Amino acid sequence: MKIKWASYPYVLWMIIFIIVPLGLVLLSSLTIGEGVGLGNLGFTLDNFRKFFENEYYVEVLWASVNLALKSTVISLLLGYPMAMIIAREKIEKRNIMVLLIVIPMWMNFLLRTYAWLTLLGKNGFINTIVTKLGFEPLDLIYNDRAVLLGMVYNFLPFMILPIYSVLTKIDNSLIEAAEDLGANKFNVFTKVIFPLSIPGIITGITMVFMPAVSTFVISKLLGGGQYMLIGNLIERQFIEIGDWHFGSAVSIIMMVFILITMAITNKFDVDKEGGGGLW
Amino acid sequence: MVDRIIKRLYTFFIVLFLYAPILVLIVYSFNDSKYRGSWNGFTLKWYLELLRNFEVRQALEYTLIIAILSAIISTIIGTIAAIGIYGMPVFSKKVVLNLNYLPVLNPDIVTAVSLMTLFRFLRIELGFTTMLLSHITFCIPYVILSILPKLKQMNKHLIEAAMDLGATPLYALIKVVIPEIMPGIITGALIAFTLSIDDFVISFFNSGPSVTNLSITIFSMARTGINPAINALSTLMFISILALLLIINSRSSKSINKKRGELYEN
Repeated sequence: MKIKWASYPYVLWMIIFIIVPLGLVLLSSLTIGEGVGLGNLGFTLDNFRKFFENEYYVEVLWASVNLALKSTVISLLLGYPMAMIIAREKIEKRNIMVLLIVIPMWMNFLLRTYAWLTLLGKNGFINTIVTKLGFEPLDLIYNDRAVLLGMVYNFLPFMILPIYSVLTKIDNSLIEAAEDLGANKFNVFTKVIFPLSIPGIITGITMVFMPAVSTFVISKLLGGGQYMLIGNLIERQFIEIGDWHFGSAVSIIMMVFILITMAITNKFDVDKEGGGGLW
Repeated sequence: MVDRIIKRLYTFFIVLFLYAPILVLIVYSFNDSKYRGSWNGFTLKWYLELLRNFEVRQALEYTLIIAILSAIISTIIGTIAAIGIYGMPVFSKKVVLNLNYLPVLNPDIVTAVSLMTLFRFLRIELGFTTMLLSHITFCIPYVILSILPKLKQMNKHLIEAAMDLGATPLYALIKVVIPEIMPGIITGALIAFTLSIDDFVISFFNSGPSVTNLSITIFSMARTGINPAINALSTLMFISILALLLIINSRSSKSINKKRGELYEN
């Protein structure tokens, strides 16, 4: 039974709410003007020129990419061992451990991020301990490191889960075969387990890098009022300043950077099937 | 032995890292002080405040209404769409699925900004309707993605058998296909509900000043200091989710044990 007409309402929905809006963003990034509408429909690259000719904006872009890359690497280094530990457990314990990783995500992420202020602040939990031990209070909040911590904190589960799901699918006899043929633990990891887990790593990297590079919430909460990432720049243009054309151009530039990163990471995907999805 | 201790310690530190802020939130919901950082003794007043505070209560109401509505509507549209996509020829199926992936793969802020541009272009004032429409839009793809695998797993001959026995296509759809893909539909609805309830970015750009959900309220409070009633509220929400998970977990493990028992008896 084939009832393909059943998809037509949704196809219409997609055209209206997914394709047309993205087209409008692209269009308004290529035009200038004020007020409602698309301005005067003369195509111009002024918005992009404005971005790349201003050192400040380029620095913001660089800072965002830099922080997102750092948080991705840290999440990978922290998440991979955790995924391996979970994958090696018995099945009942495994499920409980996965739940333990997932449960925090059920609490509002703004609140969880905000709670770090209580831990990191000048009179916060960590500094109380540090000063009681007789040291100078540390400067933990409203800087790069705080934003980085917020990113790793929020996105670490997205690194652990896909790697875990790939690791559990690895055929155990492959590992046994490697051991029978005389591979030590290190060799089994570098030659068998790690190469087979690459699809999971790629999914993890995408799922951490993308929200990290586009966030404006974490930087606003943990970085203080003046802290600027590319996400904050976009938010400012659309909410405060109202320069939709420039805001759209910045969004397009960000998307291009994400696409480039994804293309580079996908180069490392040995089997193009991509079995590392969350679903 | 040493290996095991290292593993335990590592797991402990990761879990501590993930749960530390949650513990802080729960502890401070019982703190008799409006300011974070100082502990003035145990109190339940924030839980009472929750019942009285209009701002928080209204935000909670909007959050729940939007989440329930967008879960229901996106599940209905998504289910119908999934059945349609399943029957599509290979090429158009590929095109539709790739487009369907756009909101999943795009950063939230791009989806949010593009919808905001659309609503401005159509001169629709931002408010409840625009927020609901945008929530439905970003929920449907997840519903479809959780139903499609179930459709692929389904035995094709079931439908043929039903129609051979005289069922009309619609009757076969309702009596055979829908029950077969029910687990996928339920998963999709749950994903849609949780995505909607937890969303900030898309709501922030697509709601007017008259409508705020919990995330937006928290965000605007963050500058001046968050009312501890919010901590109380999220503690309650967290505990109810935990309880729900425990119930589901114990029920499913019971049924697994039961099945195992039957296996051994045979």
